[in-house]
Amino acid sequence: MTKNCHNDYKMKFSRDDEYPDLTQHNNHMAKVLSKEIYDKLRSKSTPSGFTVDDVIQTGVDNPGHPFIMTVGCVAGDEESYEVFKDLLDPIISDRHGGYKPTDKHKTDLNFENLKGGDDLDPNYVLSSRVRTGRSIKGFTLPPHNSRGERRAIQNLSIEALASLEGEFKGKYYPLDGMTDAEQEQLIADHFLFDKPVSPLLTCAGMARDWPDARGIWHNDNKTFLVWVNEEDHLRVISMQKGGNMKEVFRRFCVGLQKIEEIFKKHNHGFMWNEHLGYILTCPSNLGTGLRGGVHVKLPKLSTHAKFEEILTRLRLQKRGTGGVDTASVGGVFDISNADRLGSSEVDQVQLVVDGVKLMVEMEKKLEKGESIDGMIPAQK
Amino acid sequence: MKNSSLSESLIVPLLQGQKVNHCLHSCHFSLSPIAAHSHVIFHLCLCSAEFPDLRKHNNCMASNLTPAIYAKLCDRATPNGFTLDEAIQTGVDNPGHPFIKTVGMVAGDEESYEVFAELLDPVIKERHNGYDPRVMKHPTDLDSSKIQSGQFDERYVLSSRVRTGRSIRGLSLPPACTRAERREVERVVVDALSGLKGDLTGKYYSLTQMTEKEQQQLIDDHFLFDKPVSPLLTCAGMARDWPDARGIWHNIEKTFLIWVNEEDHTRVISMEKGGNMKRVFERFCRGLKEVERLIQERGWEFMWNERLGYVLTCPSNLGTGLRAGVHVKLPLLSKDPRFSKILDNLRLQKRGTGGVDTAAVGGVFDISNLDRLGQSEVQLVQTVVDGVNYLIECEKRLERGQDIKVPPPIKLSK
Repeated sequence: MTKNCHNDYKMKFSRDDEYPDLTQHNNHMAKVLSKEIYDKLRSKSTPSGFTVDDVIQTGVDNPGHPFIMTVGCVAGDEESYEVFKDLLDPIISDRHGGYKPTDKHKTDLNFENLKGGDDLDPNYVLSSRVRTGRSIKGFTLPPHNSRGERRAIQNLSIEALASLEGEFKGKYYPLDGMTDAEQEQLIADHFLFDKPVSPLLTCAGMARDWPDARGIWHNDNKTFLVWVNEEDHLRVISMQKGGNMKEVFRRFCVGLQKIEEIFKKHNHGFMWNEHLGYILTCPSNLGTGLRGGVHVKLPKLSTHAKFEEILTRLRLQKRGTGGVDTASVGGVFDISNADRLGSSEVDQVQLVVDGVKLMVEMEKKLEKGESIDGMIPAQK
Repeated sequence: MKNSSLSESLIVPLLQGQKVNHCLHSCHFSLSPIAAHSHVIFHLCLCSAEFPDLRKHNNCMASNLTPAIYAKLCDRATPNGFTLDEAIQTGVDNPGHPFIKTVGMVAGDEESYEVFAELLDPVIKERHNGYDPRVMKHPTDLDSSKIQSGQFDERYVLSSRVRTGRSIRGLSLPPACTRAERREVERVVVDALSGLKGDLTGKYYSLTQMTEKEQQQLIDDHFLFDKPVSPLLTCAGMARDWPDARGIWHNIEKTFLIWVNEEDHTRVISMEKGGNMKRVFERFCRGLKEVERLIQERGWEFMWNERLGYVLTCPSNLGTGLRAGVHVKLPLLSKDPRFSKILDNLRLQKRGTGGVDTAAVGGVFDISNLDRLGQSEVQLVQTVVDGVNYLIECEKRLERGQDIKVPPPIKLSK
């Protein structure tokens, strides 16, 4: 995309004429973007040509919801987080619990540092999953990248994944090349991702050229899955039925490190820095980009008056079993870590393991008609 | 699309003095200055690596975009910075339908039609029955007095309508315009419309400011337009910043209506119940000329040239941008197997009464002209008048149990 000369053309117009109307808006971008900040940033663009208007378009087009606070902006490349720091730093701070521009983020993918996690009761914990995203250095991100870049990312990914062995031996399914039978299997396995329909994503330009250079890779065991060129360059997912989060996290860490070695050999390692951790498209996924969670049956606890408070104190969030923006079915919830930035992968998965263990014990107490008042945890 | 040769590591300085890393893999970084500019388009990959995959596509852009044309145009931009990739994005994202052939590309500004002529000219030729913008001239004629027999039988024709679009020269079009440009379009147009008098006196309702009562009235009148949901439009960037600087103007009598900043800078509509197409067209021409005079007084003008007529966002609307049509009851004729052929030969198209992409209800059809470019407004409206009169005659004959004839195809005059 060429925005440099378009942006120069735009500078002919006054700040006030270009400044978006955010009076109906409720998202992080709208709360932070003052006329002064807009004025300061509107003349800039990253080396690849991404501008502040590109950053905020999704937030301008999607005013938000009175109850849910969306981020309202995206990065178009690694440099966005530098060039537009006057806008993005305050948003990062709001979204990530006061994280400061001078803070350092800890990365810890040493699965051996996780305590426990192999004994979550499978009568309650139906499945366990850890996901993250990775961006490939040297390419721009999904809101901005060209077809050529996206294809290069796909090619690199195919090569990296094809070299994996043992428990990681698997196969790549390009979205525009799979057979009907393969497609049906991927749907049945709940692996197939669709063209984004959420305007949060489409307004940010992430669905352009669909399904060109998009695809899904998974290992033969169907416990390790990689999405290529969906909302991030890569989304990496480790999962299995039951409650052995320890094993899921081990496979997650080992698989990620193997993949990273191969990308590094081609001088295209992952985007990472010591302030923001792993760089991803949406500022909400900075840091670890990690969502570790379980599908867990909590029919009684979920109707308890203190359920929300318990989740908040445990630094966990709930979703329906269809993922974000879905409702829970049959008392089964998706429970995962709320934090991404400022704590490590091990820290975040530990919170999930410890928190879910506690909540299952609470559920059992409630089943017996007992009170859980003595078990309410302190704020973590 | 893998580049078969591995490139050597090479640092290439950007004009701004920055360095660019090289990828020791399937693509290499290339920098090419834009033909008309001092600014650089930052291309991380070769044009061949960028060429869209159009194998499943069926639209005019996909039929005409070759790798050679793409390579020639991919580094160009209009003076405002609009690029080929932006022009074709909607056609890449919307492969089309096996039966309906969409255009698959848009213009971001008036200059797009020049800068990307190598692609747009063949697209225009395909869409507009062989009209060749390189050699032909488009006739503009807004003299409504020339229309003959423009009063339809109102037992059949329920309503009559003529619409077109107009773009304000000097401001980018909806796929590319900035918020400031869009607001400028709104200011220029609303200011001009406030100068309309007599039966054209009216009021502007901004989408961001209208009251709930006004909104409900506009819905009841079927005047209110919504944020586009069609991916043909959203993928072209036309819904950005909605509803900023969008609005609806109409006269008190509700027979002359202007949409601001929807799919074009302006859409101008003249309509009324019943079959007096001549009067609808008279008001259309008069209103358009008045609005043109009013914006010219303020130093603006409409985008127009001899080769393409009125310049609009979608190449399908070039020329007159005119769709003149009626809602007409044809319950018997529409069931006759010759209906489509009759329409084709009369150079007419049918739509349901909800507009494009809707179905007919109760045998009532929206019948309008197929063509836009290469014939004047007067010629096209006359075609509709003659054609609809013929259709009504057919319907009456069928009512009486008489047979009908498929008319000979109208020759397209050039």
